[in-house]
Amino acid sequence: MTRHYSALSLLREGLKGHTGWAPLWRSPAPKDTYDVVIVGGGGHGLATAYYLAKNHGVTNVAVIEKGWLGGGNTGRNTTVIRSNYFYPESTALYDLSVRLYEGLSRDINYNVMFSQRGMMVLAHSDAEMEMAARTVNAMQLGGADAELLGAKEVQKKAPVLNFRNDARYPIHGAIFQGRGGTGRHDAVAWGYARAADRLGIDIIQNCEVTGFLIEGGVCKGVETTQGLIRAGSVGVATAGHSSVLAKMGGYKLPLHSYALQAFVTEAIKPFMDTVAFSPMTGSYFSQSDKGGLVIGGGLDRVPSYGQRGNMPMQETVLAGIIDMAPALAKVKLLRHWAGIVDVSPDSSPLIGPSGTEGIYINCGWGTGGFKAIPAGGYLFAHLLANGAHHDISRPFDPGRFNTGHLIDEAAGSGIAH
Amino acid sequence: MQQFPCPFCGLRDEREFHFAGEAGKTRPDTTKEISDADWTAYLYYCTNAKGPSREIWVHTTCQEYFAMTRDTVSMEVLSTEALNEDAA
Ligand SMILES: Cc1cc2nc3c(=O)[nH]c(=O)nc-3n(C[C@H](O)[C@H](O)[C@H](O)COP(=O)(O)OP(=O)(O)OC[C@H]3O[C@@H](n4cnc5c(N)ncnc54)[C@H](O)[C@@H]3O)c2cc1C
Ligand SMILES: [Zn+2]
Repeated sequence: MTRHYSALSLLREGLKGHTGWAPLWRSPAPKDTYDVVIVGGGGHGLATAYYLAKNHGVTNVAVIEKGWLGGGNTGRNTTVIRSNYFYPESTALYDLSVRLYEGLSRDINYNVMFSQRGMMVLAHSDAEMEMAARTVNAMQLGGADAELLGAKEVQKKAPVLNFRNDARYPIHGAIFQGRGGTGRHDAVAWGYARAADRLGIDIIQNCEVTGFLIEGGVCKGVETTQGLIRAGSVGVATAGHSSVLAKMGGYKLPLHSYALQAFVTEAIKPFMDTVAFSPMTGSYFSQSDKGGLVIGGGLDRVPSYGQRGNMPMQETVLAGIIDMAPALAKVKLLRHWAGIVDVSPDSSPLIGPSGTEGIYINCGWGTGGFKAIPAGGYLFAHLLANGAHHDISRPFDPGRFNTGHLIDEAAGSGIAH
Repeated sequence: MQQFPCPFCGLRDEREFHFAGEAGKTRPDTTKEISDADWTAYLYYCTNAKGPSREIWVHTTCQEYFAMTRDTVSMEVLSTEALNEDAA
């Protein structure tokens, strides 16, 4: 059975009619006890399992997923990867992620199709240009790459954008991060799953965690639809459902869940080879390898777990896209969907102890956790293996809401929270 | 568009409404010593229930705050009431 991908293995399998490929991961029955149980088989849960095994030698680990791998937000996002944040704590976190993404396909022997086509955050007024210059400075100080582009340079990179004189939001320039871009979201989940499986981690799908086993105030395992599974410690990475798990585990979180919508158009000829985001219109888009335009925007206005999105935000996002690139007005939408994301008061993630001993959390990534999957997994693995923070994750401990050390990226990151 | 019932104006377009927070949160009494944990709980922590949820909303058109019970999965409005001294 062929388990390693290379030009040679591809050729050999091609000659054999592709009959010898091994499944990407096993589907074992859960054992009674693990050192670590991770709840949630999205990108963060799977990456955590991989780095637990690879960096810390902890391999007696199970990842428990109620549906299928990457069936949550990891498989339904708009795949933008970038580290254009304002605060040094955020740049450290997200740039670690971009750097891990840069070497990921090689590291896990699986092509995640990270395409560093660059990301532009447009500025539509002189005042916005000043803020853009401030962000570019902050990013450079934090060690991330950033350039301030003028209108002419934006036009050169993306002539399809709206440079008409009567544009409602005239383009004055942009923050450009050349190392940013997009990746293939399913491949990130599948690649980490395959790599974790090869290091001995059990991935258990179609198994829902329905409760925690708490003895003397300490978590000793999880109750699941496939029975009780004991664990030395439990890591929870369930994105939009973090509060549902918190209720079962007896801890509270400062999170609201919202639907976040995305759209994809019919395939068209090459249109734009970068990611363009306009904070003013609250919309962004890029072109996928298949030719469709992948469109995203801000959160729905109303907290919800209804995974379908609602009309006001559809109007806002699509009107914004047509403002940005009027040539798209006649392009047809193929599909539209929503995922449930968990948003924290300062729009920054929560990594740390949950408040119930034995349970650790990795959540609150809101609208932007796909780009953070490698770093989230890397840092969460460190926390689970050592019971203590890595320097980069420490500022994101939930304790910041007690001490007031918020990392208020709502304004700095340029995301429409 | 969905319509929400304002207890004062009746059914109106959802875009006229704003979610203000979960119901039942009482601001700590600032005439007394308040612990960091109490402030944190009041300012940030929430139930974020999946299913029926009791919330405070404002109808931005008439500027009245009111209580609404809503299913956060189906988005169905289960009830709305004016906030008066009895129903805190
Ligand atoms: C429309 C949309 C666009 C986005 N665009 C971007 C983008 O361009 N760039 C970016 O960086 N981020 C983006 N995001 C955000 C990003 O997708 C998420 O932050 C990220 O995928 C979170 O990963 P995760 O592994 O934490 O969660 P998920 O991938 O959601 O995984 C959590 C898993 O937990 C499972 N689970 C839940 N409850 C239980 C239970 N009781 N038992 C067992 N399993 C359970 C779920 O089934 C799910 O598979 C977007 C999100 C959406 C919805
Ligand atoms: Zn009213």
